[in-house]
This record gives sequence, C-alpha cells and structure tokens, in this order.
Amino acid sequence: MRLRVNPIACAAHGLCAELFPEWIQLDEWGYPIVDDEPIPPHLQVHARRAVAQCPTLALVAEKA
Amino acid sequence: MGAFTAAAASAGGNPLWYATRSFGLVALALLTASVLLGVLTSQRIATPKWPRFASQALHRNVSLLALAVVGVHVLTTLMDTYVRITWWAAVVPFTSAYRTGYVALGTIAFDLLLVVTATSLARTLTGHRWWRLVHWSAYAAWPLALGHYLGTGTDARTSWGLLFALACLGAVSVAVLIRLAIERREGPVRVWGGGR
Repeated sequence: MRLRVNPIACAAHGLCAELFPEWIQLDEWGYPIVDDEPIPPHLQVHARRAVAQCPTLALVAEKA
Repeated sequence: MGAFTAAAASAGGNPLWYATRSFGLVALALLTASVLLGVLTSQRIATPKWPRFASQALHRNVSLLALAVVGVHVLTTLMDTYVRITWWAAVVPFTSAYRTGYVALGTIAFDLLLVVTATSLARTLTGHRWWRLVHWSAYAAWPLALGHYLGTGTDARTSWGLLFALACLGAVSVAVLIRLAIERREGPVRVWGGGR
C-alpha cells in the first residue's frame, strides 16, 4: 500500500499528519508531504485511518 | 424492570412515557453537542493538546450516540400505547394522527439524521461532494428537533425545560456566529500556518 494526495482536493486541514506522522509531514503552508515508500503492514491501519478521516477525501491509498 | 414499572406506576405514570421524555431530552442535548462540535471542527480550531482529529472523532461519536438515543426515543414512543402512533409515522412525516405537525418535525429530523449518518459512514464510497451537500441538511435537522421538543415535549412547558431549550439555542447560535465571523475574516478555506 502507498499513499497519494490529490493536490486539487486537498485544503490543508492537516489531519493526516496528526494521524500518520510516520509517513506524512506538513510543509510550511500546511499541505502534506507524503512518503512515497510502500507502507509496511503494521502501519497500514494508521494509513487507512488517515485516508478515512481526511475532511476532503484528498488522501488516497493505492495498492502495491 | 418490574420494580421500575411498579415505582413508575405508583408515581402515576407510564414508564414508557417517562422513557420517551427522558431519551428525547438526552437526544436534544447530544444533537446540540454534535452541532457545536461540527460547527467548530469545520473551523479547524486546534491546539497542540487538542488536535483536530480529536474534535472530528468526538463529533462523529457524539453524533452516533445521538442517533442511538433518538432511536430509543422513537421506539418507546411507538411502544407506548397510551398515544397510538403507527410505526410508519416514525419515518413518514404528517402521518401521525396525534399532534400531526409537531410529530412530523421530529419525523423529518429523524429522516435527515439517518441520511446524514448513512452518507457519513459511506463517505469514502459516495465521494466528498455528495457527502458535503447532504451534510448541510444537519443544520435543518437540529432546529426541527428543537421545534419538535418545544411543540410537543411535555417538559418544555416547565421553566427548567424551557431554560434547557434556550441553553441549546444559545449554544448553537454562538457557535454559528463564531463560524460566520471566522469565515468572514479568513475566507471559507483557511490555510493552516499560512500567511492569510
């Protein structure tokens, strides 16, 4: 599983970085910088939570 | 339950009627809390000790609890045979022979609550646009519920019952005014940590 951000939908709420700081940092304007590496199984529950809680559904989980 | 029934009967009332009233009051309090949290969450109010996901999770859980309490309120209303209300009057407005208008307010609020909850739980399937559109109807559900309480609530005629309604109204009004003030100042989309 990898994470991707839809930059048009993202409104910089920043919940994803609160919920999954291992993979997501915020830039100085509050937009997420997402690690491109595949997410190990033990962290995928946090990735899925961040995807589900995004207020604008801009964070997407992709297989492989 | 037996002792409770006996106690309530000796106090001169039907336990289902007491249940309907008390669950209705708790439901209105929870719905008010849900609206407050929703209004304030959307404004990205957060501190290092109270992150945004906490407000969002609380809003979600309080709303689900409110729906459950409303469900019990509806159920005890239907079970109470003192006033006969058919089961479809719980979902189809204006079909209750008893206080048609005021019961309908509650029915419409209940329907809106069901739709808002369903679209929220299936948000990743329906998409953001649909969810957002439907979620605005939560603003209609709350005053409908308040009107239902003021119109047909037994306790709304007491001074504390009226005070409770005013407290709910005041809290939501203040929250909405705060939201409007922030949006007027910052614009509808605020960039966290940005220069706006």
